[in-house]
Amino acid sequence: MSEPAVDTSPFVSDEIRKTTCYMCACRCGINVHVRDGRIRFLEGNRDHPVNKGVLCAKGSAGMLHLESPARLRSPLLRIGPRGANEFKEIGWEEALDTATKWLSETRRKDPRKLAFFTGRDQSQALTGWWAQQYGTPNHAAHGGFCSVNMAAGGIYTIGGSFWEFAQPDWERAKLLLLFGVAEDHDSNPIKLGLSAMRRNGARIVSINPVRTGYSAIADTWLGITPGTDGLLVLSLVGELLRTGQFDVESLRMRTNAPWLVRTEPDDLAGLFLRGEDGEPLVADRRDGSLASYLDPGVIPALGLDVQLDDGTVARPVFALMAEKYLDRRFFPESVSESTGISAETIRGLAAELARTAFEEAFEIDIPWVDFRGIRHPATLARPVAVHAMRGISAHANGFQTCRALHLLQILLGAIDCPGGTRFKPPYPKSVEMHSRPGRTHGLAQPLSGPPLGYPLGPEDLLVSPDGMPERIDKAFSWEAPLAAHGMMHAVIPNAAAGDPYEIDILFLYMANMAWNSSMNTPAAMKALCAKRSDGEYRIPKFIVADAFSSETVAYADLVLPDTTYLERYDCISLLDRPIGEPGLVADAIRSPVVQLDRDVRPFQDVLIDLGAKLGLPGFCNEDGTPRWQSYAQYMVMHEREPGIGPLAGWRGENGDCSGRGKPNEAQLARYLDSGGFWTEKIPEQAQYYKHVNSAYQQWAVDKGLLRAPKPFVPQIYSEPIRRFQLAAEGHGDIQPPDHLRERIAHGFDPLPVWYPSADSVDDSFSLHAITQRPMAMYHSWGSQNPWLRQIHTENKLYVPGPVCDLEGIEDDDWVWLESEIASIRVRAKRMEAVNPSTVWTWNAVGKRSGTWGLREDSPEATRGFLLNHLIPDLLPQQPDGLRWSNADPITGQAAWYDLRVRIRKAEPQECGSYPTFPPLQNPAGLADRPDEVRYGQEWAND
Amino acid sequence: MTDLPDRTERKLGLVIDLDVCVGCHACVVSCKAWNTSGYGSSLADTEPYGPNPSGAWLNRVHGYEEGEGESAAVVHFPKSCLHCEDAPCVTVCPTGASFKREKDGIVLVDESRCMGCGLCAWACPYGAREMDPAAGVMKKCTLCVDRIYNENLPEDDREPACVRTCPTNARFFGDFADPDSNVSRIVAERGGFDLMPEQGTKPVNKYLPPSERRGAQALQIPQDRLDALSDSSLSGILAWVDRALSRL
Repeated sequence: MSEPAVDTSPFVSDEIRKTTCYMCACRCGINVHVRDGRIRFLEGNRDHPVNKGVLCAKGSAGMLHLESPARLRSPLLRIGPRGANEFKEIGWEEALDTATKWLSETRRKDPRKLAFFTGRDQSQALTGWWAQQYGTPNHAAHGGFCSVNMAAGGIYTIGGSFWEFAQPDWERAKLLLLFGVAEDHDSNPIKLGLSAMRRNGARIVSINPVRTGYSAIADTWLGITPGTDGLLVLSLVGELLRTGQFDVESLRMRTNAPWLVRTEPDDLAGLFLRGEDGEPLVADRRDGSLASYLDPGVIPALGLDVQLDDGTVARPVFALMAEKYLDRRFFPESVSESTGISAETIRGLAAELARTAFEEAFEIDIPWVDFRGIRHPATLARPVAVHAMRGISAHANGFQTCRALHLLQILLGAIDCPGGTRFKPPYPKSVEMHSRPGRTHGLAQPLSGPPLGYPLGPEDLLVSPDGMPERIDKAFSWEAPLAAHGMMHAVIPNAAAGDPYEIDILFLYMANMAWNSSMNTPAAMKALCAKRSDGEYRIPKFIVADAFSSETVAYADLVLPDTTYLERYDCISLLDRPIGEPGLVADAIRSPVVQLDRDVRPFQDVLIDLGAKLGLPGFCNEDGTPRWQSYAQYMVMHEREPGIGPLAGWRGENGDCSGRGKPNEAQLARYLDSGGFWTEKIPEQAQYYKHVNSAYQQWAVDKGLLRAPKPFVPQIYSEPIRRFQLAAEGHGDIQPPDHLRERIAHGFDPLPVWYPSADSVDDSFSLHAITQRPMAMYHSWGSQNPWLRQIHTENKLYVPGPVCDLEGIEDDDWVWLESEIASIRVRAKRMEAVNPSTVWTWNAVGKRSGTWGLREDSPEATRGFLLNHLIPDLLPQQPDGLRWSNADPITGQAAWYDLRVRIRKAEPQECGSYPTFPPLQNPAGLADRPDEVRYGQEWAND
Repeated sequence: MTDLPDRTERKLGLVIDLDVCVGCHACVVSCKAWNTSGYGSSLADTEPYGPNPSGAWLNRVHGYEEGEGESAAVVHFPKSCLHCEDAPCVTVCPTGASFKREKDGIVLVDESRCMGCGLCAWACPYGAREMDPAAGVMKKCTLCVDRIYNENLPEDDREPACVRTCPTNARFFGDFADPDSNVSRIVAERGGFDLMPEQGTKPVNKYLPPSERRGAQALQIPQDRLDALSDSSLSGILAWVDRALSRL
């Protein structure tokens, strides 16, 4: 028999369109092979700065999202009781008229009565500006329940953070400390980087209660007890101090370690000693004389206390720091039991950090000039990098833990150096350079500024004169003073309770708050349906914009259906969450690659339309006509300030400017011609130590990234944080309520500190319970995708081997998991590579029956589960009878990972997931669910 | 029964580096995405939105745990057809549908001759073949035979989809018959090994072993270095503070 002939050169596609992925928040460049108007194949764009050609499982499965039966197909108006998922299809005219009527009445009455929050959205520059123009302070995206601790801890300390704001120098780092990182986020850059490090022979130390994907390829896995990372890090800090292994030159010249802190009088104690120009003072090491820290000739002392003319004493930050961290409670022996890591290992890790930072240091041949004007003939590399995200953030001590991590980097002199963790433009950006939270006067006028910002002291809080929160989520109140990303997780409970006030409209975009994005999910569902005594819903109007039939859509009064990411324009803007690399600035667009086949509209277009219909300033021309016809037009023509708009590339009338420049009508075409993104290299002498590099500062001003060339000296000791503590100690006009005084005095330590999170729980809840993100899923989105759901069809509870042995638990046994507020029944699986007091599961695989286009009896609903039901949104009652949010007291960050549980085997007759909720019927207009998918079969016989 | 060629001109195959595989499934999905619209019929999925979702895949990743406590390790292991030199799936095929190409050694199924008897899947010791639930024909890795020579693709894309997409660059494609090829060299350098060589199928694909992990024990420093670092002349921490601050 002859060998069959094979066509090895078949036709592939009619065209390749280049756009930006949105199967997660990573924002990789993709090449979309389009054939007959459908997608033949999706692959990574080799030229793109984020993914350099590779693409993950989610991204490669994108075309199946276009087939999803969960796609909403037209606007919907509720006809049944709220939560029943009963709607009638309406046209866009009726939908927009309804929304406009509701929003316009509320705006006239009191714009604060609109709570507009967005979830997994990447157009916060638009949504925030819309809220500002509407005049409601009640706006935020999902950062408050994601990683605000990481963002705020970084901004206040080093002017930038991990995640998309900084990344390890993958090529040159020789040691990486990798703390809890969500494996679905920023995933391709991290995977590329980890692989490069392994091939370079660099050492990866993973500090994570669970050993999954990234940790699996680490040299060293330290299975830390959840919530104790800060204690470990401060123990490392103590060890470095005790053994004298820190970068004295860097601490002295480029951090606030020598800044003098006043000890008296009481109302100024703990604030920096400043000169008449407001700049911080230091003692010169040569004669103890006071000098400005910015003085080019100064050699600041780290260890000299200074007696001031008024007889008081000022002490350098370094002295305060040394005293604090050399304390016995940070000795490795003292922290070993709490962290689950042996004293020998902690000592060894400290020694390895120091050895790598100092003995493997090297120079690269790039001269640079610092903020004092001093020229450095070469750039020093300290090849120790750190990366972290939600595992650090999602604890009630996460803000201070993030600060502690940055302190460790500062001690090693490894901030934005070759081999260290490096900032990506537009970061670093000092906390002063960020705005303060915008204020409202309750009138139909714009806020004084963007709704979110970074407070510098109590005067920036959004509280009434009697201390009451002005925002519905209580962000920027004394309950969460530095809630820089808002507190979306508090909106529904607060609005239902009328605390601090009642609202008229809840408007959510792409946020699954009736399921996996809320703590105590049953309570959130109940709150959405709660009624007042007059029969009106406590949240009277609920508008949901989403592309898919989620658990939350079921509760909407009005549904504004969105497109998928392959059907719309979008911009990945420097005004928002940037992409880019440490050595280059970048932004990108999305553009439609397939035709819409249903009556839905891109949400950004809808928001711009609503803005014009409401007559919001900035959305209308002087004659009242709409200013923008589409989001695509806005992306090109909108100016946030003269010369600065959503897209930084090809600005100026001829497209020859970048960063700053007049709008260019041909800008979008230039992006499309260039693969959907724009990049520009940072000049060589501006590449490193950007926070204190004068060439970088000037370049960043030229590009519109910074308003002024002002350095940001890393803040080991944070004065804004001290200002809140001072208020709690009774100083100043703006005072916290008495019941929060002690909590603020304790939590707002101006030096990084560790305190146990969730310490008030009954001892019988001896296990920690956390979630991890599977690399092949993005939150709840993946389950509507037949390929991805075959990888994670259900989730099990991973239980440490010793716990299984103790409780007699075997694989696939049903077990009860109990917390203080609820019990759930789940299936167990034994695991060894996990902290011995921690159980865990994959995040958001469990679904409510009948959602996401899935059949009611799908495993996601019958065997999958959420941990959320166990997580209290309020902590146990305090002695004074009050209950605090289950959140970081500084930022309001949702403390998902502080959950404590106990486990027992279920009785033999007890099986199936518990709790279950009444199955939902598909909302009106959804396409039928096929029994079989044969994607691409139409091309099989070519 | 179907004959294997006496020899093949080239021996195309994959090297998979277990040292860097994080088990992300990118290769699995990219493979499905390319091949469902590629060689032969689509790769069907049944009950795509129902209680038992299932489908044909040409590549899957398995995860294993080894050891306990601090030294517990997790290994991710991608597996697809290994394009064996002595492929039992070919010799067992009653219709001549399964064949190994003389030119490059790729093992393929001619679907027009396949009657879906499943003997080849039974004969394969690696479980690397899957029946398509809709077409009723056997599906398997084609090494992207419709990519690697495809003149409609740019030259640098003429490699299997799994290799093109792998975010940890854990996969390499090349000709094992050429001792100077990228795959031959990396196998020699890194001690690449055959999967289950005792089966005698002479698999072409090779795996690179995880390199030695420097575990927590490796962080523990020798006592002499520890003593030096601790500067035992100091009487205590307070003494250190005094000394250090005066120095600084």
